[in-house]
Amino acid sequence: MRAWLLAEEPASPWQARLGRLYLGWRRLCSNPLALLGLALVLLLMLLAAIGPWLAPHDPAAQVLELRLRPPLTPGYWLGTDELGRDILSRLLCGARITLGIVLLTVAIVVPLGLAIGTVAGYAGGWVDTVLMRLTDIFLAFPRLILALALVAALGPGIDNAVLAIALTAWPAYARLARAETLLLRRADYIAAVRLAGASHARIVVRHVLPLCLPSVIVRATLEMAGVIVTAAGLGFLGLGAQPPSPEWGLMIASGRKVLLDSWWVATMPGLAIFLVSLGFNLLGDGLRDVLDPRQP
Amino acid sequence: MRPARLPGAVARRTLELAATFLGLLAVTFVIGRLVPIDPALALVGDRASASAHAQALHELGLDQPLWRQFLGYLGQVLQGDFGVSRLTSNPVAEDIARVFPATVELATLATLIGVLGGVPLGVIAALRQGTWVDHAVRVASLVGYSVPVFWFGLMGLLVFYARLDWVAGPGRLDLAYEGLVEPRSGLLLLDALLAGEWAVLVDAWRHIVLPASILGYFSMAYLARMTRAFMLEQLHQEYVLTARVKGLAEWRVVLRHALANAAVPLVTVIALSFGHLLEGSVLTEIVFAWPGLGSYLTQALMSADMNAVLGGTVVIGAIFVGLNLLADVLYRWLDPRVR
Repeated sequence: MRAWLLAEEPASPWQARLGRLYLGWRRLCSNPLALLGLALVLLLMLLAAIGPWLAPHDPAAQVLELRLRPPLTPGYWLGTDELGRDILSRLLCGARITLGIVLLTVAIVVPLGLAIGTVAGYAGGWVDTVLMRLTDIFLAFPRLILALALVAALGPGIDNAVLAIALTAWPAYARLARAETLLLRRADYIAAVRLAGASHARIVVRHVLPLCLPSVIVRATLEMAGVIVTAAGLGFLGLGAQPPSPEWGLMIASGRKVLLDSWWVATMPGLAIFLVSLGFNLLGDGLRDVLDPRQP
Repeated sequence: MRPARLPGAVARRTLELAATFLGLLAVTFVIGRLVPIDPALALVGDRASASAHAQALHELGLDQPLWRQFLGYLGQVLQGDFGVSRLTSNPVAEDIARVFPATVELATLATLIGVLGGVPLGVIAALRQGTWVDHAVRVASLVGYSVPVFWFGLMGLLVFYARLDWVAGPGRLDLAYEGLVEPRSGLLLLDALLAGEWAVLVDAWRHIVLPASILGYFSMAYLARMTRAFMLEQLHQEYVLTARVKGLAEWRVVLRHALANAAVPLVTVIALSFGHLLEGSVLTEIVFAWPGLGSYLTQALMSADMNAVLGGTVVIGAIFVGLNLLADVLYRWLDPRVR
């Protein structure tokens, strides 16, 4: 199997591709921090999938006589919050919300940014100027502030929070895709494809886009950490998920009221956000070394 | 080479940024129109007749075509008029001028902490590339990228205020010291120093040191990574080798040669990170009850005071654009090749 993957002269494009993937994987494995990141991200995915079944209690069930129990209370290992809800169960169920926010944002932002960036880079001329001016305007905006203003206008809620974050996140991808496209546009193989009669749309989709993907994947992984933290910030301000949702930022907001007496209520969800976000950062950092060696 | 290029390039860049600022105003204008609140209805009440409603619409200028409304908005903003805040009944511009110094004070101190910590760390990491020092700095930076600032603030309050009592709690001053110093610059530390009120100075310091350190850590994380990258780029250049071969002391090679050249891109990065601190201060101010622009903005958000929200957004956006310009000018001024 190894010999097949590392064959000097692969017999098919598939074999070559898998071989490259394998080499990349081996490089990633030589970086323990990146593997730790990968483990944290996989753990989030696992918990998002099966968390609600692992939860020992109903995340919304209030047991008022068991309010503010400290961690390590039997049956409530991470303690309970000010309404007597089990924090561990709420964290487990909140994983799904966090992953959902991340996936939704990426699903909106990456295609949008890629489309705008590749079209601007490939077309050049006034199309490029207009699209890049637009990108600059959104880049010039402080992201959190723009998201705040948008949510204020649209009304609080997790859908609007995702929309606001997505609207502030796409310009970075557009810039990136444009820079890559500009490098590729004059390449000989593009000229060859064009001479073979390929349409512009086909060139962009089949021959330019795939080559932008590595740097976009790196960027997206690093960005997810930022998305998680921003979404939690909106939740903390009461502009994202609404009570009684077990969203982690919202849980910190409710723990803030009892911070000085019951430290664990705000600490536990914060740790969860931190670990997941660190996981994406470590993984992205490692992926950058593998996929995008030009970056510092 | 040709000094005449500097003013021309700066003028072009200024024009570009003016266009960006115009776009920024267009975005805030559109956000303002997205609000599902009818201001005319709010004015006359829902039992008013259709003609009274139309009258109110006309008085507010809302019956005009959108582009005329935008021109009106543009004219107002350029005169520094953001309308009246519903929450405080003051002109928004006045409110912002009142709360802004508190934010500037916080962000400035945080930037100082970030530079004094981040630049040396980045230099050391670059010199010891691949060793445990480098990895430690890398992890410390990634932690800074991953921690939610508001949670970090809460944990800081919990440990350093509630448990250890090393610093004062939320707010800018203890109640007992409120109003003792005449606000000249609005920067409390500076005002207390000028007035010679040492007790106020100490109290203000005890209040600002924790939020500034928390914010400063984020700036430090960013600056350490950037410094490391810039330094590595310089240390691999041939002039560094020449300097070493010449027998210069290592500290001289590193500080006078490599760092001096790395400082050019670094200065622009510091200017930009100051802008990000203004943004990060929104959440920090909430946690520390810091009476700055961030607190003002969020209070306005909570009560759907759109004039205040958009005014604050425009001001912060304008500062961002200004810092971009400053970074660009500094870069051109410091780098003789661009000059």
